[in-house]
Amino acid sequence: MVNMLMDTYSVLWTDLRFLARHWRRTLATSLVSPVLYLVAFGWGLGRGINVEGASYLEFVIPGIVALTAMTSSFSGAGMKLNVDRLFYRCFDECLMSPVSPLSLIIGKALIGVVRGLISSVAFLIIAFIISPTLTFSPLFAVALVLTCFVFAFFGVFAALLAKSHQDMATFSSLVILPMTFLGGTFFSLSQLPEALKIILYIIPLTHSSQCLRAVTLGQPFPWLSLLVIVGFGLAFFLGCVLVLRRSSV
Amino acid sequence: MITIENLTKVYGEVKAVEDLNLEIRPGEIFGFLGPNGAGKTTTIRILTTLTKPTSGHARINGFDVLREPLKVKRAIGVVQQHISLDRDLSVRENMEVHARLHHLKSSERRQRITELLDYVELEDESNRIVTDLSGGMKRRLMIARALIHRPKLLFLDEPTVGLDAQTRRRLWELIRRMNIDGTTVLLTTHYIEEAEALCGRVGIIHQGHLIALGSPLELRQRLGLVTVETLSNNKDTHYIYFPDRTAATSYAQGLPPEVKTIIVRESNLEDVFVELTGRKVGDD
Repeated sequence: MVNMLMDTYSVLWTDLRFLARHWRRTLATSLVSPVLYLVAFGWGLGRGINVEGASYLEFVIPGIVALTAMTSSFSGAGMKLNVDRLFYRCFDECLMSPVSPLSLIIGKALIGVVRGLISSVAFLIIAFIISPTLTFSPLFAVALVLTCFVFAFFGVFAALLAKSHQDMATFSSLVILPMTFLGGTFFSLSQLPEALKIILYIIPLTHSSQCLRAVTLGQPFPWLSLLVIVGFGLAFFLGCVLVLRRSSV
Repeated sequence: MITIENLTKVYGEVKAVEDLNLEIRPGEIFGFLGPNGAGKTTTIRILTTLTKPTSGHARINGFDVLREPLKVKRAIGVVQQHISLDRDLSVRENMEVHARLHHLKSSERRQRITELLDYVELEDESNRIVTDLSGGMKRRLMIARALIHRPKLLFLDEPTVGLDAQTRRRLWELIRRMNIDGTTVLLTTHYIEEAEALCGRVGIIHQGHLIALGSPLELRQRLGLVTVETLSNNKDTHYIYFPDRTAATSYAQGLPPEVKTIIVRESNLEDVFVELTGRKVGDD
């Protein structure tokens, strides 16, 4: 067990070194879209609108936190692994080292978690300056960390499946981009027709937005959604294990 | 050191390796020689646990590659054909990643990295980012990295592909030195002179089959140590092999006058390969 943790850290260490060297650029680029969303939707479009008993700005902030956590974790874990596997080819070196596949998957996912947390916390600080009435609780942190894990595993999964860099970009625009807008981030699901609502509850980001929003707006916490997030995380993790096993054929 | 029994690997319809049997002894430099696509890299990938064989067995240091992959991984160092370094990290960081993945303690890590960078003459480059290194430096770094956990067996897949003559010679020297220091080396190459310069024994692989095995000298002796090359009518080149120079010269002198170009030279592994397969080693 101790060995496995050490191995996981060893795998993570590589990507931490890279992050340490490029953290300013990484942080700046990952904040561009959430801040733009905040300005365009929160201030621009949503001024004077009230949703679920809060101002639109207060409503949209947890949604943007969820999508920031998603995109940063997904690309933080996925893009680097994709490059390591197909371009630098140094992932083979990890595969040939005496490190278990589980340590490898978790280690590669953890960099996504780290980057997801850095981006979303940085965005939260900006958001808090703009809207100091937001409330937080430990449950917010739990939901945020779990969200990062879900999408980091998803990123590793996608990167292990991808046969080219193009595959990864396609995956991003077909899966991640629609989720950005539809996952309960910018509008309240309660306004939608029943059929559409069911579809949107199938995507993981919806549950993350619901959990985060419930905390900041002081609504009852959707425990079921938290459970669904955990379920998605486990599913993506198992997906990684299966793909990695299959790839050594 | 390596025991390969009836090893077969099939990709779809293609038999990349078929019924390979081979024993590689501790302390030797063994070379797989063959054209691109002959099955050399597939064999290496199976031996280094990256690919599963379709059937047959391979054992390294007594450990089965399929059943005890972790023990195999601890015993081997691998230098792949393509550059497989993290190009965003520095020379030292690339070494450190590998040392960590192989469970070296922190004090040992530092000492071993310094020692090895010194060994491959990269000590002055230790803080440079890998992207900025020359091809030869990257190769040497890969070799240093593969040695970090003191493997008993080192795999070198086409170690000098794409390098200039001088760099190649430096690498050969390095490989010989590692071998003298106790590392068994298995290398693949499609350069004849590389196999002749380095390998104690050579296995010639063609279309997934091992078609000849022995020391370069033995293989050349089997063919005939001296080759007479003749070119008649300026189009057909013929090769005839003789056990010694006397026999070759007397044959050459007896040739009819219309044969204009006659070359008498030492046979090499290329001749062995061409005779066995009807193709040149460099052909795809």
